This record gives sequence, C-alpha cells and structure tokens, in this order.
Amino acid sequence: MKTLVWVEHDGKTVKDATLAVVTAASKLGEVDLLVAGSGIDAVAAEAARIAGVSNVLTADNAALEHPLAETVAPLIVKLMADHDAFLAPATSNGKNIAPRVAALLDVMQISDILSVESADTFTRPIYAGNAIATVQTSDKKLVITVRGTAFEKAAPEGGTANVVSTDSAGLEQSVSTYVGSEIAKLERPELTSAKIIVSGGRALASSENFHAVIEPLADKLGAAVGASRAAVDAGYVPNDYQVGQTGKIVAPEVYMAIGISGAIQHLAGMKDSKTIIAINKDEDAPIFQVADIGLVGDLFKIVPELTSKL
Amino acid sequence: MKVLVPVKRVLDYNVKPRVKADGTGVDLANVKMSMNPFDEIAVEEAIRLKEGKNGGGVTEIVAVSIGEQKSQETLRTALAMGADRAILVVSDEKVEPLGVAKLLKAIVDAEKPDLVILGKQAIDDDNNQTGQMLAGLLGVGQATFASKVELTADSVTVTREVDGGSETEKLSLPAIITTDLRLNEPRYASLPNIMKAKSKPLDQKTPADYGVDVTPRLTTLKVVEPPKRTAGVKVADVDELVAKLKALGVAK
Ligand SMILES: Cc1cc2nc3c(=O)[nH]c(=O)nc-3n(C[C@H](O)[C@H](O)[C@H](O)COP(=O)(O)OP(=O)(O)OC[C@H]3O[C@@H](n4cnc5c(N)ncnc54)[C@H](O)[C@@H]3O)c2cc1C
Ligand SMILES: Nc1ncnc2c1ncn2[C@@H]1O[C@H](COP(=O)(O)O)[C@@H](O)[C@H]1O
Repeated sequence: MKTLVWVEHDGKTVKDATLAVVTAASKLGEVDLLVAGSGIDAVAAEAARIAGVSNVLTADNAALEHPLAETVAPLIVKLMADHDAFLAPATSNGKNIAPRVAALLDVMQISDILSVESADTFTRPIYAGNAIATVQTSDKKLVITVRGTAFEKAAPEGGTANVVSTDSAGLEQSVSTYVGSEIAKLERPELTSAKIIVSGGRALASSENFHAVIEPLADKLGAAVGASRAAVDAGYVPNDYQVGQTGKIVAPEVYMAIGISGAIQHLAGMKDSKTIIAINKDEDAPIFQVADIGLVGDLFKIVPELTSKL
Repeated sequence: MKVLVPVKRVLDYNVKPRVKADGTGVDLANVKMSMNPFDEIAVEEAIRLKEGKNGGGVTEIVAVSIGEQKSQETLRTALAMGADRAILVVSDEKVEPLGVAKLLKAIVDAEKPDLVILGKQAIDDDNNQTGQMLAGLLGVGQATFASKVELTADSVTVTREVDGGSETEKLSLPAIITTDLRLNEPRYASLPNIMKAKSKPLDQKTPADYGVDVTPRLTTLKVVEPPKRTAGVKVADVDELVAKLKALGVAK
C-alpha cells in the first residue's frame, strides 16, 4: 500500500504531531509526505530527514500559506490518484482537512485511530474514550486521522527521502479567506508533547490564583500547563490549555490534576498518562479513582509548600 | 436568510457509557438520551442570528435529524428552543457521517439555506467529520470549531478555536459552520415554548426519498472497555509527595 501523510508545520519547522502519523502510516506500507505551504524549502528538507519516508511531495504556492481545507483538500485528492491511504494527525488542522478529502474521495474517514490492526482494520476511541471500537473498512482508499499519543514518534533524523515538487497551479479559490490568527506564544513546553503537565481546575477561582499557584510549580518541574474546561470557561487561562474530550488529548509521563474533580470529559483527555497525581480537598472526588498518587487537602496550602520543597 | 441546523440524538453527556457484555457496542437501552451538546450550541447560535444578534438577518431556522423515530424528541427540543420547523429522515440503521453528509446535501439542494450550523462532533462516535464532509460535497466554505460568528448579507466571519489559539476566516455564503463549546451558552426551552413546539411542522422523510445510498462503509467488529486504571495510594502530606516525585525522577 502507498500512503500519503499530511505534514503539519508552521512554515518553518515540522510539527511533532507528524512523526506519530509517519509511524502509523508505515504500518500500512510505503510512506510519502506532503508538505503544502508557501516558501517551504526548509520544511521539506527537514521532512526528508524523517526516518522511513520514501518521497516528500511539495506544493509551494502562495494560496497555501494558511492550510485552509478548501484549498488543501483538492490538492490531496489529486495526489490520492497514486496513493491508497491518506493520513493526518488528529490536530485541529488535520481534523479540519481530512474529512473534506474523504468526502471528495467518497470514503468514510476513520477518525483518531489508536492502532493499526491490519490493512483495513483499526481501533479508535468512542464515547470520550469510555469504549474502544475495532472497525473494518470496505472502502478502496483510506482516509485516517491519527491520535498522536497512541503511536511512537518516528525518528526525526536519519531518513534520505527524495523531494519532489508537485503541480499546485489552479488552487486559488474564493469561497473562503484567511483573515488572521492569534496564536499564543509559548514560554513552556507544548501540552501535547510535554513530559510533565500541571493542570488546574475550577478550584483555582481566579486567573490571578491560577498564575500565582499553578505556574510556579510548572516552572519548577519544567512542565507544560493545562486546565479543565471549567477553568477555561471561567477565563483563568486561554482555550488552548483545555485538556479533555473536546480539548487536547495528552499522555505525559506525569500528569498533575490540581483542583480538578475528574469529570469523564476531562479524564478522556488524560487518562493514558503514565502517572497521575491528584490534589483535591474532596477525598471522594472521582479523580482519585484514576490517580496513582493522591493528596487530600487545600491546594492553596499544598501547592505553594510543594513548590518550595522541590 | 435561512439556516439549517442538523441535530443528533445521543446518550446524555452526564450518563456514564457502559460497554455491552457481548462486545457489540455501548448499552443504550433505558438510558437518558439528549440532543448532542454541540448541536444545542448550533441551535442557540441560529436563534441568536434570528434575534438579530451577531449580524442577524436570519428569518427561518430548519432543524434536521437523521435517525430512528425517537429522534423526533430531539427535533421537538430544537423547536421548543426556537427553530421554526423540522425534518426527520427516518433510518433505523445507524447512518455514518458520510451518509449523513449526503442526506444533508440533498436537503440543502432542496431547501437552499444560506448557512448550515452543525456541532463539531457527536459525543457518541466522536467522529468530527460531518460538517467538513458536507462542505466538501457542496463545494462551499467551511469554518469548523467556531467560537464567534458574525453574519452579513453575503458573508460570514468566523473565529475558530485552533491548537495554538484562535484563527479568523471569512466565508462567502452559503457556508458551513461547526460549533465549539465556547460559542454560546444554549438556553433552556420554557414550558410555553415546549407546548408551542408540539404544533410546529415536523416532516418525515426516508433516505430513499432523497435517492441517497446510506449503506455503511465501516463494520464495527467489536467494542471493548479501555484498560482500566485503578486507584493508587494516597499520601499523607507534601513531604511524602515530594519523595514520590523524586522516586519518579521528576524532582531532584
Ligand atoms: C460536551 C462536553 C464536553 C466537555 N469537554 C471537556 C473537556 O474537554 N475538558 C474538561 O476538562 N471538561 C470538559 N467538559 C466539562 C466537564 O463535564 C466538567 O464540567 C469539567 O471538567 C469540570 O472542571 P473542574 O474539574 O475544574 O471543576 P469542578 O468539577 O467544579 O471541580 C473542582 C474540584 O476542585 C476541588 N476543590 C475546590 N476547592 C479546592 C481547594 N481549595 N483545594 C483543593 N481542591 C479544591 C473540588 O473538590 C472539586 O473536585 C465537557 C462537558 C461537556 C458537556
Ligand atoms: N444522524 C445525524 N442527524 C443529524 N445531525 C447529525 C447526525 N450525525 C451527525 N450530525 C451533525 O454533524 C455533527 C458532527 O457529527 P460527527 O461528524 O458524527 O461527529 C453533529 O454535531 C450534528 O450537528
């Protein structure tokens, strides 16, 4: 089988999410990558060094500067004439683009796969990860999004793929235009690739408290900062901090849930973490049912003490 | 302007899903079912546009559901919230997102709405596909994961939640929007409105009426519970926690 992987990048470097997708694709067959964008030579060169890749197909066109699904999907559909499977990471971009490709190819997408069982059979989470389904497709071509935490990352170095430029003329379209974006600058590790995550919940009670209590601990541990939806909704932190069914899916070595009750929608995003540590004043909080290490008490006393003792 | 809002009947989000012992799926017998939470947000957004908020200009809201007869309840909820009429496409078999998107395309071709507002994902199968597929089939613009919508006579500007923050796109009409959680807070239907909803029109159709083949492409071979986590130990104080963190190698 010949697979095509959409490379997630920011115009400068390949995003980590791509590496897990390469591993998933390599279980199906030969791996080609698609680097679509504007002025992407450096990204293509980096992509060509990923281990296990045969070809890096580039589409360099000003219309591709922002990966609008309306522009990217037709390009992918064209390239799928020579490929049997299209794979993208289950990131916001991947989730935006892949189903449009699937519809244009008249195939049913297989979302957020956790494993490749065979060339047509995959496992995927349903009901916020409360059940795992094994699904088999009868479609001739596959369109798949991949859960990054479920696959090892391919080695970013060591490959020697060919870089082949593809025809991307005629992609300009007018049904949608990119207006702008507000992307937070990260001073800390990115949530989805961090080894340690410190997350805060509604109990923090204000944005000031969140910064004063959670962030110093995260800085001590070199950790990324996450949050429950309640904390995000209350405006303590921006929305891209949200961990859960409808936020980010994370699986770090250590996940610390501080003042988070452990609703199923939150657990859906973090229960595959290696070690879960919970701090909560309610000894019956559901988070303790999944925590490896729990400490019952007032976070406003515990966390500053913990930070000072580390 | 007309808005179409597809709504799905799913297991209520407060109910803990139980995997059936025979491994064929999740037990839906005798459990509370509700409108998919993202679809409530979609209905709410349509109503706000009709009320003249966020640009306004909307005059009619049509709710659509594809599923078994009981999905009528979900449509009645949408009508009680403020939708004007409803269409139920009856199918006792589960229809996959691709099939749903094809049916919605047929309905769009017949109804000619200016906007279709869907949820970003149905919380049963967590597919997150239908809106993007519909946009692809129609060849129109799509703004997924919307957190803000501003409508004008010929375009809609949508702020979207993306991985690192937010992004804004402008789409010409007709366009497809899928909702994220922070777009709005859905209203509850009042009792008088629930009563009124009973007499609002609800059409019944079948996939055959639209000439759409909804044969599934995927077969579910089995459904199992995920590996269970068990509760670990409780430590007595911060010193014990520090010792544990050191043992894990995350603290020096
Ligand atoms: C469709 C849908 C999708 C959702 N998606 C997500 C998602 O992706 N992510 C997510 O997180 N949620 C999600 N939710 C929301 C989820 O259901 C919960 O409402 C949310 O996770 C609760 O956040 P919380 O634990 O911070 O708040 P709460 O449930 O209010 O918990 C606060 C906790 O803090 C403890 N506490 C209070 N004071 C202190 C103190 N001084 N010291 C120590 N502990 C204290 C309390 O005992 C309590 O356990 C979703 C909901 C829906 C309907
Ligand atoms: N059977 C259905 N009936 C009506 N709307 C649906 C149906 N299935 C999906 N949708 C719509 O598509 C959105 C995304 O669903 P999904 O792609 O299945 O995650 C939902 O939030 C609904 O708005």
